[in-house]
Amino acid sequence: MRRFALIALPCAWLLALFLVPFLIVLKISLSDIALAIPPYTPTLDLSAGWQGIRAFFSALDFDNFRFLATDDLYWKSYISSLQIAFLATLMTLFVGYPIAYGMANAPDHWRPTLMMLVILPFWTSFLIRVYSWMGILSTEGYLNQLLLWLGVISTPLTILNTPTAVYIGIVYTYLPFMVLPIYSALERMDGSLLEAAEDLGCSRVKAFWLITVPLSKTGIIAGCFLVFIPVIGEFVIPSLLGGSQTLMIGKVLWEEFFNNRDWPVASAVAVVLLLILIVPIVLFQMNEQKSREADQ
Amino acid sequence: MAQTVFEPWNDPEAKPLIQFKGVTKRFGDFTAIDNQTFDIYEREFFALLGPSGCGKTTMMRMLAGFEKPTEGTILLGGQDMAPIPPNKRAVNMMFQSYALFPHLSVWENIAFGLKRDGKPKDVIAARVDEMLKLTRLQQFARRKPHQISGGQRQRVALARSLAKAPKLLLLDEPMGALDAKLRQATQFELMDIQEKTGTTFVIVTHDQEEAMTVASRVAVMDHGRIIQADTPANIYEMPNSVYVADFIGEVTIIPGKAHKRGNGYDIAFAEGQPTLHSETDAALDNGQTCYLALRPEKVSISAEKPADRTNTVQGRIIDIAYLGNLSTYHVQLPNGQMIKAQAANTRRLSRRDFSWEDTVWLSWTDTAAVLLKG
Repeated sequence: MRRFALIALPCAWLLALFLVPFLIVLKISLSDIALAIPPYTPTLDLSAGWQGIRAFFSALDFDNFRFLATDDLYWKSYISSLQIAFLATLMTLFVGYPIAYGMANAPDHWRPTLMMLVILPFWTSFLIRVYSWMGILSTEGYLNQLLLWLGVISTPLTILNTPTAVYIGIVYTYLPFMVLPIYSALERMDGSLLEAAEDLGCSRVKAFWLITVPLSKTGIIAGCFLVFIPVIGEFVIPSLLGGSQTLMIGKVLWEEFFNNRDWPVASAVAVVLLLILIVPIVLFQMNEQKSREADQ
Repeated sequence: MAQTVFEPWNDPEAKPLIQFKGVTKRFGDFTAIDNQTFDIYEREFFALLGPSGCGKTTMMRMLAGFEKPTEGTILLGGQDMAPIPPNKRAVNMMFQSYALFPHLSVWENIAFGLKRDGKPKDVIAARVDEMLKLTRLQQFARRKPHQISGGQRQRVALARSLAKAPKLLLLDEPMGALDAKLRQATQFELMDIQEKTGTTFVIVTHDQEEAMTVASRVAVMDHGRIIQADTPANIYEMPNSVYVADFIGEVTIIPGKAHKRGNGYDIAFAEGQPTLHSETDAALDNGQTCYLALRPEKVSISAEKPADRTNTVQGRIIDIAYLGNLSTYHVQLPNGQMIKAQAANTRRLSRRDFSWEDTVWLSWTDTAAVLLKG
């Protein structure tokens, strides 16, 4: 009985905050657009009794999903989002791994400070930080001013409103999600393993590839998923830093909701996005499970 | 059949495998190793023994190449080791934590060093199988380190460090993580393997029993210095200092003043007590402060005063440490000096001759104790 009560709480939480909203979105995705409040039809009329419920369900259909398949804007956006998320994850890994490695090998008394520096940006509004990147990357921005002053370039670079700016924004924003799991994997590693590898004839570089990298594998995988999953649906960064060439599904979703006021199509986009995300989420969970087992 | 005794350190012709020449190691202000010069010979089982922080681990890490001497040189087979990095040395180390690679199987762990040498596959496989056989690990070859017991892990670590057939094998507290029973069995296994492979072993340990059991020579260390390096028997029977006598085994140290008589000295240790006589080769000044180191098993305990012993003292039993086969009696002399005496428990405990508060006689011969200057 007590066990049941214990499980009931997280179950209720999931039900109220995930499952119910999801079912509402799913229902809207099966509805039709209408000039009304709310802007779709049908709506459930319980006062009509059994008849009303039957009428409600018979009005639901998959038209919106069929529409998504016919208009190439949508699948192009999905592909482009996956592509951007994949490349951005790789970039974050290449930037994040050395940071995590440096932190894990720093003297003990430095580590809390370094950890703080990684987490600190979280304490400022995400929106403000993305806006400040606009100030840095724009044609008259600090970066161009610095490069002009140094004499590296003679005409300002156009970075803002290009895919480059989107990648910079994503790598910057999601870096902590990459650094922290890798750091925790590296920090757990026994330093004598590297000495043993060296003792057995490895060079330092070889020992890094044969010992350090495999032992931080679960951290790398966790970090990659923690970046990849949210980046697919990212909306703020591409809409503030990216130009019209940057096609991302999050942006399409937003436009569908607020510019076109087409809630049913927007919901269909969201449902498909969720279905796409299930794959990496399940893989991520499997990785976590594996690393927990390895710890025991 | 007469066997030749293995004592290369007494042979002036023998060439040492390892030579420490005036080696000093400092970490900042701290001197870990203080100007040490000594030799280790081929096929030796050399133990570095001392309390934690005495520098024994530093000594080993310098041999492995993880630390460089601040001053002096270390020679391996006549070659200066300073410029050779750890991965190029014909020296392998078995780590205290074993440092087994958790993502590799037992087989791959043992093969790790061989693969780095770029040996052909069949040579590697043959060598790994040989090592698995030597350490009786054949049926665990496919397991990961976390799937085997502590004793098996220890053997994997040993097999891995022996796989490359190093000239010198370093063992850092190799049995620290094993329980007492397993440790004893492993000690004999280790000696067996050392004999079979003919490798020179240097072992670091803080366990004196372990050092005495396995080693051909034991170096007792303190504060970065080797105080005495000798065979286990000599270390025990002829310690060169109070520190060594006290560190190895149980001992009673009796301070006193020496006066020359015959082949030895009379030691006056307390007012109103008879002087103690000890034979020695050491030369002391008259009236010099000295220390008598007395092993408990060399002291006899009796109810009556024995007539034929040189040294006899009377005291009262304060404590009895019952060890099963032996009992150690802590006997207090009238001046407060405690002396430990050991007797075998040849009879049942209920029929023991002596009990607490009994007044007894302790006696020992004139060669039983070791006279030390400090």
